[in-house]
Amino acid sequence: MKKGITIKNMTKIFVTNKNTQVKAVDNVNLDIKPGDFVTLLGPSGCGKTTILRMVAGFETLTEGEILIGKENVASLTPDKRDTALVFQNYALFPHMNVYDNIAYGLKLQKLPKSEIDQRVQKILNLMKMENFADRVPSQMSGGQQQRVSLARALVMEPGVLLFDEPLSNLDAKLRIHMRDEIRKIQREVGITSLYVTHDQSEAMGLSDKVVIMKDGIIQQVGSPREIYQKPANAFVAGFIGKANVIKGEIQNQNGENCQVKIDNKVYKATSDKTFEKGQKIEMIVRPESVVIEREDFKATVTKSMFMGEYHEYEVEWKGQTILISQSNPFGKTIYGVGDEMFIGFDETSIHIL
Amino acid sequence: MKTQRLKVKSELANMKKVAQDPILFSTIVAVLVLVTMFIVFPLANILKESFLFEGSASTHHYTQILKLSYNRDIIFNTLKLGFTVSIISTIIGFIFAYAATYVKMKHKKILSAIAILPIISPPFLIGLSAILLFGRSGLITRDLLGMTNADIYGFHGLVLVQVLTFFPVAFLMLVGLLKQIDPSVEEASRDLGASRWQVFKTVTVPLMAPGIANAALLVFIQSVADFGNPMVIGGNYTTMAVQIYMQGIGSLDMSGATALAIMLLTISVVAFLVQKFYLGKKSYVTVTGKISRERELIADPKIVKPLHLFVVLVSLFVAMMYILVPIGSFIKLWGVNYSLTLKHFKYVFDLGLKPILDTTLLALVATPISGILSMVIAFLVVRKKFIGRGYLDFTTMLSLAIPGTVVGLGYVMTYNKKPLVLTGTAIILVIAFVIRSMPVGIRSGMASLQQIDPSIEEAANVLGASSKKVFTTVTLPMIKPALFSGLVYSFSRSMTLVSTIIFLVSARHSLLTVAIMSQIDQGRIGVASAYSTILIIIVGSMIAFMRFLLSKLGVNKEDIQL
Repeated sequence: MKKGITIKNMTKIFVTNKNTQVKAVDNVNLDIKPGDFVTLLGPSGCGKTTILRMVAGFETLTEGEILIGKENVASLTPDKRDTALVFQNYALFPHMNVYDNIAYGLKLQKLPKSEIDQRVQKILNLMKMENFADRVPSQMSGGQQQRVSLARALVMEPGVLLFDEPLSNLDAKLRIHMRDEIRKIQREVGITSLYVTHDQSEAMGLSDKVVIMKDGIIQQVGSPREIYQKPANAFVAGFIGKANVIKGEIQNQNGENCQVKIDNKVYKATSDKTFEKGQKIEMIVRPESVVIEREDFKATVTKSMFMGEYHEYEVEWKGQTILISQSNPFGKTIYGVGDEMFIGFDETSIHIL
Repeated sequence: MKTQRLKVKSELANMKKVAQDPILFSTIVAVLVLVTMFIVFPLANILKESFLFEGSASTHHYTQILKLSYNRDIIFNTLKLGFTVSIISTIIGFIFAYAATYVKMKHKKILSAIAILPIISPPFLIGLSAILLFGRSGLITRDLLGMTNADIYGFHGLVLVQVLTFFPVAFLMLVGLLKQIDPSVEEASRDLGASRWQVFKTVTVPLMAPGIANAALLVFIQSVADFGNPMVIGGNYTTMAVQIYMQGIGSLDMSGATALAIMLLTISVVAFLVQKFYLGKKSYVTVTGKISRERELIADPKIVKPLHLFVVLVSLFVAMMYILVPIGSFIKLWGVNYSLTLKHFKYVFDLGLKPILDTTLLALVATPISGILSMVIAFLVVRKKFIGRGYLDFTTMLSLAIPGTVVGLGYVMTYNKKPLVLTGTAIILVIAFVIRSMPVGIRSGMASLQQIDPSIEEAANVLGASSKKVFTTVTLPMIKPALFSGLVYSFSRSMTLVSTIIFLVSARHSLLTVAIMSQIDQGRIGVASAYSTILIIIVGSMIAFMRFLLSKLGVNKEDIQL
């Protein structure tokens, strides 16, 4: 049965060998609804893996509570929690074949042999791995091993499925394929999933909700769309995709509609925050939202790079470097380094921080 | 929050988790009790006794040692022997290791075979064959050279015998380190204009310097702790290990022996700690990174030929020392009458098979206990968090360096009075076997566990397996090779152990090695050789049997260290 996860005031402090304290997770609160796919995303060392390992039961909490369903599990050992974990390095049992690997947890539950067999076969079918049952891990590719690892977790029908960067050991093509497969299977089974990754495209592609972390602190929780289009701060904006931070001033606000002054031009923007007139603000404008040849500002090209599906520019404007991504460069004017270029901002895509 | 409080808090949280798993919890408690009772407590007891004289605190025993020049000589003897043997053994070990890893030559397999011999044979075997070769009626000294008053007994004999016994220790360690040097580092030096000799001098040797010092200390520890060889061939050159026995058991002055035991223990432990914590951290070899490819072996005959000659000659000499004892057991009267006979074996059988059967039986009991326990302790230390983990790790590691005679003395003094009288029982002998062989098994178990990603065991845990289930269904199958080498080592070590058990034997349980020692003592070299031959056959066939068993179980032979 799928269960929710509730994390309350979770803090984890490690004491290093030199007797210094490292706060890996700092007062984290998170509510994951049953059946949701939630991703913890952040640079390495941000505490995302520590949170996952505390949910699984491998690390103890310094402060706080973890509820899986309605049960407080903070002091339970991993074998007594209703979770299953898919590991980064697959962690298959090297001395067992695929069938025994998948059946391992069911055997521990002392289920009747016929039921074990039926459930393992069902999961093998789901993963399209019927022909691999007798293989041992060393006879399989990384992608196949990771499928077995996923099958071994899924077969337990756990309340919560945990993923610890499961795709990071695979090559780029396989990673995309497996990503789509994980999403498809998770939708089919409808299992609550907590997924840790440092790869933003994985997080965007898989999740109902993304949790952005830095230095043990949650920066923002939201759908992939919210995270990208309405980042909570400059860190989130810079971590997810590329971002230009533009300084400006509020000229007027009427409900959600704001008028902002950038340099000496006035732009329209929307925001659910309330500002004072004349308040200095920062705005996020994505590189694809910078419009070339709109005669608002004059800038000098410092980098020009043809990337195939888009053309990437860096231009200098008022002592600031602005990143521009021009989609479908086919037939458009190409500027070289040193050229002058007029730019402006797409009014529908300005996000005030 | 204060760091100390935080530490305590996380320790308590870990313990709370351990306590949820009753089997894990009771195993930890049992192991800690065992280690405390049979490693720490006996040593603490010796230390306590060494500062007691006629019931009150006193440094009497220590001043007694330092006052008598005889005792001072013994300490000096031990150190002098240790240094001499460690230097010579390390040089020979390095040459062997270099030949094995850097040079293209024939007969390389002999090298590793030679290195195994000391493990499967009793520690005084080379001493015994040295008597046959160089003694008063020695084959070389008397029959070839015509010397009538040759004297192998003493310092030079001991050096010869200990070097031949212990250089394989240095060899094995240095081979491991030389293999880890990335050839590209030396190629870089060559490319920058260094000759082969300059590469050796400026790159290879400096890279190996901590390793060489390490090997020398390891040999030093073994040399000062050695009991069998000094007993057999030391003559008037007494070492501390022998004197502890002589005084404790020979003169029944146990408290007098305690101060010497503490001093010997201090020497060994200091050497060990220097090796482990100072030199261990200085290793450069690990810094050079992953080995990019295979080494281009040296084929220059100017280098290969002399090395090959040296290695083969030394190996032949060592092999001869080992073969000589079985041959000697069939010779009527060494030095006088070289006709073949079975009378020594007949004498052994007439005397009774009890020591042989007793030893084998006790070793067979101790072997599985030691083997399994080593893997359990390795598992606990590497994978589990609990209060006492550091203590367990440290004491079992330290016991690698504790001389056997010191342990023997500790057991006799601690377990011969109420509440726990064990001296003279089979139990204490089995415990001695287990405690003496376990540390090596633990280290090899830890080494293989450290190479296995912990997430495999975590996977089992998260799928619902308790610690016991994880250990039996996942950990143990994965470290099978380490388990089996541990078993083989435990059996050989138990069969050939002298130092500790010579304190513990009684009329009820006479042991093979002790019987051999007493035959040598009485000058019956032929009988001692016959006993030793039987001992080697038992150990050898056990190893062969284990290897056979392993191949049936599908374990790769390359993975077994014996």
